[in-house]
Amino acid sequence: MQRYVIKRFFQSLIVILGISVIVFIIIHLTGDPTDLLLPPEAEAEDRELLREQLGLDRPIYIQYLEFIKNIAHGDFGQSFRHQASAFSLIIGALPATIELTMAAMILSIVIALPVGIISAIRPRSNYDRLGMTFALLGQSIPVYWAGLMLILLFAVTLGWLPSTGRGGIRHIVLPAITLGLFSTAAIARFTRSSMLNVLDTDYVRTARIKGLTEYIVVLKHAFKNASIPVLTMTSLQFGRMLSGAVITETIFSWPGVGRMAVQAIYNRDFPVVQTAVFITSVLFVGINFLVDIIYTYLDPRIKYK
Amino acid sequence: MKEAPLGGLAILFLLVMGALFSEFIAPHSPVDQDITQALSPPFWFEGGTWDHLLGTDELGRDILSRIIFGARISLVVGFIAVAISGFIGTCLGLISGYFGGRVDSIIMRLVDIQLSMPYILIALALIGALGPSLRNIIIVIGITSWVDYARVVRGEVLSIKENEFVDLARIAGCSTYRILLKHIFPSVVNSLIVLGTLMLGRIIIFEAALSFLGLGVQPPTPSWGIMLADGRQYLTYAWWLATFPGLAIMLVVLGTNLVGDWLRDMLDPRQRAAVRGKR
Repeated sequence: MQRYVIKRFFQSLIVILGISVIVFIIIHLTGDPTDLLLPPEAEAEDRELLREQLGLDRPIYIQYLEFIKNIAHGDFGQSFRHQASAFSLIIGALPATIELTMAAMILSIVIALPVGIISAIRPRSNYDRLGMTFALLGQSIPVYWAGLMLILLFAVTLGWLPSTGRGGIRHIVLPAITLGLFSTAAIARFTRSSMLNVLDTDYVRTARIKGLTEYIVVLKHAFKNASIPVLTMTSLQFGRMLSGAVITETIFSWPGVGRMAVQAIYNRDFPVVQTAVFITSVLFVGINFLVDIIYTYLDPRIKYK
Repeated sequence: MKEAPLGGLAILFLLVMGALFSEFIAPHSPVDQDITQALSPPFWFEGGTWDHLLGTDELGRDILSRIIFGARISLVVGFIAVAISGFIGTCLGLISGYFGGRVDSIIMRLVDIQLSMPYILIALALIGALGPSLRNIIIVIGITSWVDYARVVRGEVLSIKENEFVDLARIAGCSTYRILLKHIFPSVVNSLIVLGTLMLGRIIIFEAALSFLGLGVQPPTPSWGIMLADGRQYLTYAWWLATFPGLAIMLVVLGTNLVGDWLRDMLDPRQRAAVRGKR
């Protein structure tokens, strides 16, 4: 158990290191930052001086090591655009993104699990058909279009909910539905198929023969066993949501990391872009690490080979 | 056997036809402006005309024609990006599954890394750096979408390589390259067709997302994502601008999902057995 945790921890570290390499490569692809920092008419000497100050004249691997050292200290450089460090900007926007993602996740789970379970108990019933049709549609609707249509219906036409900004519970409804739509559909379909597999096993049949109520059979015997693949799938949805949040936040002017990153890309504010990519990736790696640890408690059979 | 999803096949047929024969099908040019006709609603609304069935945008361009021409961009990006990502993913999956050991762990960590990073941000940052041309968009989407192929192919290879015919090929003196290409690859083709179909829908969504955010295909090229971005500004008083291109994307993705699910039931022997067993 302990060995498993340590091994998973080091794997996560390797992944984070790999992420840092990719982020570093992207910065280098963006070209010479002195072009952005200096006016076009700047003298070649000034340019050289700035390159020296920024350490751009050194070999590439030294620059990478320097980059890692700075990251470890939480130093991602200054924003080109705002009078603040890139790190503090992103950390400041992070709570909004986490709030939105959690709301979307809770919404997805609360809707998807019952839909998936009931569809599995009554396969081919009208309920199942309806639920799975909606799930298929939910998986086919692009996030940005869902967002626009929700704004059109609930904000523009009906005027029930605000379409932009962050504030009370009314502000989070539309963005959370938008962001959660795909995952709701995906989790519902997945729960259904996991439950169908489990309901077909001998121990569920035994439980039925013993005369246990349907309620106990389904929730205690079947769902408990179906929940592990569902949990894996759900934790993977977090990654999807962190990507989806980029678009959702932009549409609803939600002041989170995604919107900030998109604006930074427009402004060619690369320190902020790389910090956003790095922090969201590390967040996702952290979540997956925790979920893997939780498994070992849920299912003692899981042992690391 | 599951029935063929006629609706899904019909949608994909229309998509391909629209993309191939845009010039002949579309009633108007996708770029011709006519300010006198600007923002006219679909024909069944007051003020709409039969000339512009789905209405016009803020510059008086015909929405239906732009959607038909937009199919071309979606399909070109979709097909080439699926081919690129499928090629990268399949190669890595074959190598990873066949050789195992250290190579496998390295490739699987690469998968973890790719899965951990918000792909939209990576794509946006890369395109921001390289410049938003059609070629760059296809390349960026291609190199950020290989993970699913690698995972599926690796999983298949792990079980295929236990078969006797692989051992026999090795004993007969086949080179590793030949074993992978002639003996193992044919067995993963079915899964690749299924995955490729599903991925086509996802990539069309992805391309439109990039264009929607302004870092994809550039105006005046008619792309569904650009049309959505335009329509967003007119959402309050001209709902049709954003509604129809989005509907087009949704239908196409629905089509690929329906056909992909059907192909999986048809082509995947394990799935097929499972479906039969349930009946």
